[in-house]
Amino acid sequence: MRSPLGRAIGLGSAKEGVEHWWIQRVTAIALVPLILWFVIAVIGLVGTDLETMHNWVGRPLPAILLVLLLIATFYHMSLGLQVVVEDYVHTEFAKLALVIVIRLFCFAFTVAGIFAVLMIAVGSS
Amino acid sequence: MRSADRPLSPHLQIYRWQLTSVLSILHRAAGIALSAGTILLVWWLVAAASGPEAYDEVEDFLGSWLGLMLLFGWTVSLFYHLCNGIRHLVWDTGHALDLKSVYTGGWVVVGATGLLTFVAWVVGISRWVS
Repeated sequence: MRSPLGRAIGLGSAKEGVEHWWIQRVTAIALVPLILWFVIAVIGLVGTDLETMHNWVGRPLPAILLVLLLIATFYHMSLGLQVVVEDYVHTEFAKLALVIVIRLFCFAFTVAGIFAVLMIAVGSS
Repeated sequence: MRSADRPLSPHLQIYRWQLTSVLSILHRAAGIALSAGTILLVWWLVAAASGPEAYDEVEDFLGSWLGLMLLFGWTVSLFYHLCNGIRHLVWDTGHALDLKSVYTGGWVVVGATGLLTFVAWVVGISRWVS
């Protein structure tokens, strides 16, 4: 029993549409090339010292890709962990608390990671 | 029968495992493991920004047996989640959803995960010792 308008808008009681599902796919697509680049780059850094690492982050392209990697990773991670919590945690308070902790953790770590990359990049220019 | 006494579905004691369900739950497990791995990623970046002493601490940890074992686990998880994630993206387009393709794709993902992990560690170790 839904009104024609309600059916057309397609929003249930959560009052949101497919954003969660959609952004998880968009970040997944972004992460395919970013992760492959990152793994190759990190293997290239094996056995080198801090100066080599600073020179690597100091170049614009690696710094930009690292920032993009951090954003896509933590966005994708917060969406994924939220689904896991919603599937397995059935106490309303614990579920809400965990989803909030996940969101805050991901946001804080995104900021920390980006700040570190910028510090190295600006410091070595 | 109270709801707590009812058997769960799937009934795990008598459940016959199959490739499809194992790969499905492993995708989640790998995702959770990788979430923990992001702590290392940010620790590494922040340490590199902090200076040589902090960076040495990360290097020492990664060079220890525990660090190497964690790194190996994260490498397997990363390649598995990546390959199986691509399998999921193909499914999202509506392709390869028949039983035969699902099994073929599953084994391709297992093989690709093994191959990528092997190549990454062989190249990594050869750089480490040289």
